[in-house]
Amino acid sequence: MSNIGQARRALTQRILEGDGKASPSERKAAFNNSGLAEALAVLVDKVARHAYRVTDEDIAVARVSGLSEDQVFEIVVCAAIGQATRQYDTALAALEAAIGKD
Amino acid sequence: MRLRILDSGHGFVTKALFALIRTVSRQPVLDVIKLVKYRADFYGEPMGAVTQDAMRGPSTWSVGDRELMAAFVAKTNHSEFCTKAHSAVAQGAYRDGKKVSAVLSDLETASIEEPLRATLLMLGKLTREHAVDEDDMRAVLAAGASRQQIEDALAVCFSFTVIGRLADAFGFFVPGPEAFEAGAKYLLARGYR
Repeated sequence: MSNIGQARRALTQRILEGDGKASPSERKAAFNNSGLAEALAVLVDKVARHAYRVTDEDIAVARVSGLSEDQVFEIVVCAAIGQATRQYDTALAALEAAIGKD
Repeated sequence: MRLRILDSGHGFVTKALFALIRTVSRQPVLDVIKLVKYRADFYGEPMGAVTQDAMRGPSTWSVGDRELMAAFVAKTNHSEFCTKAHSAVAQGAYRDGKKVSAVLSDLETASIEEPLRATLLMLGKLTREHAVDEDDMRAVLAAGASRQQIEDALAVCFSFTVIGRLADAFGFFVPGPEAFEAGAKYLLARGYR
């Protein structure tokens, strides 16, 4: 049985609380896909919901707003991991519910 | 690649490693390698630990099954890079290219075991709709997958939900099949760390 629990907690802690070029509050907002400035909201929402629709323009808008490439890198990573976390937690809860009632 | 730092912002040692990879494999360095080697302490290393556990840790799913799940999640996410990359790994692991292409073209009719089919159907719904409910899980259990197998499949899905998004958001270059073949051989021999 593969257990990613410990490695996943370490990953989340690193990207949200460890050193970074984007502020912890920006990284957290990207992870949650909530509470972001307009220049980032579109990019982060696309990464979370349909990343294949991200365009050069979406990245350019974030850069023009004053973010460095390193900050964009971190924010996109946080957005992707946040979405994966929500999906994973939702599915595990559904599994628990299915087993609990059997 | 949409961020220049991911293409060429690496340190001297990493650039030397890329030169070595190009020489030995006679292929360009895949953009996914450039991503995981950029400021690796932020993303590449901690994510590599998660993916290694999910894809190569102990599980009653074979490596081929898990690589097939990765390719299937990637295809559902419209991620061309990851679909091609992990189809190649699954084909190598199974030593059966037809099985992988049959699943990716029509899961309902592909000749695979029912627990795997039901698990893939659930991962497809989770990936498309971003949620599943207890009825979906009951269907997978009824098809014969164990609780642990479902948890293991969700771990694979976690990793590839992340990686496919990054491939598309950062605009990974999609090379020809030879580069993915070389990448697949590496992943089968060495894993994700």
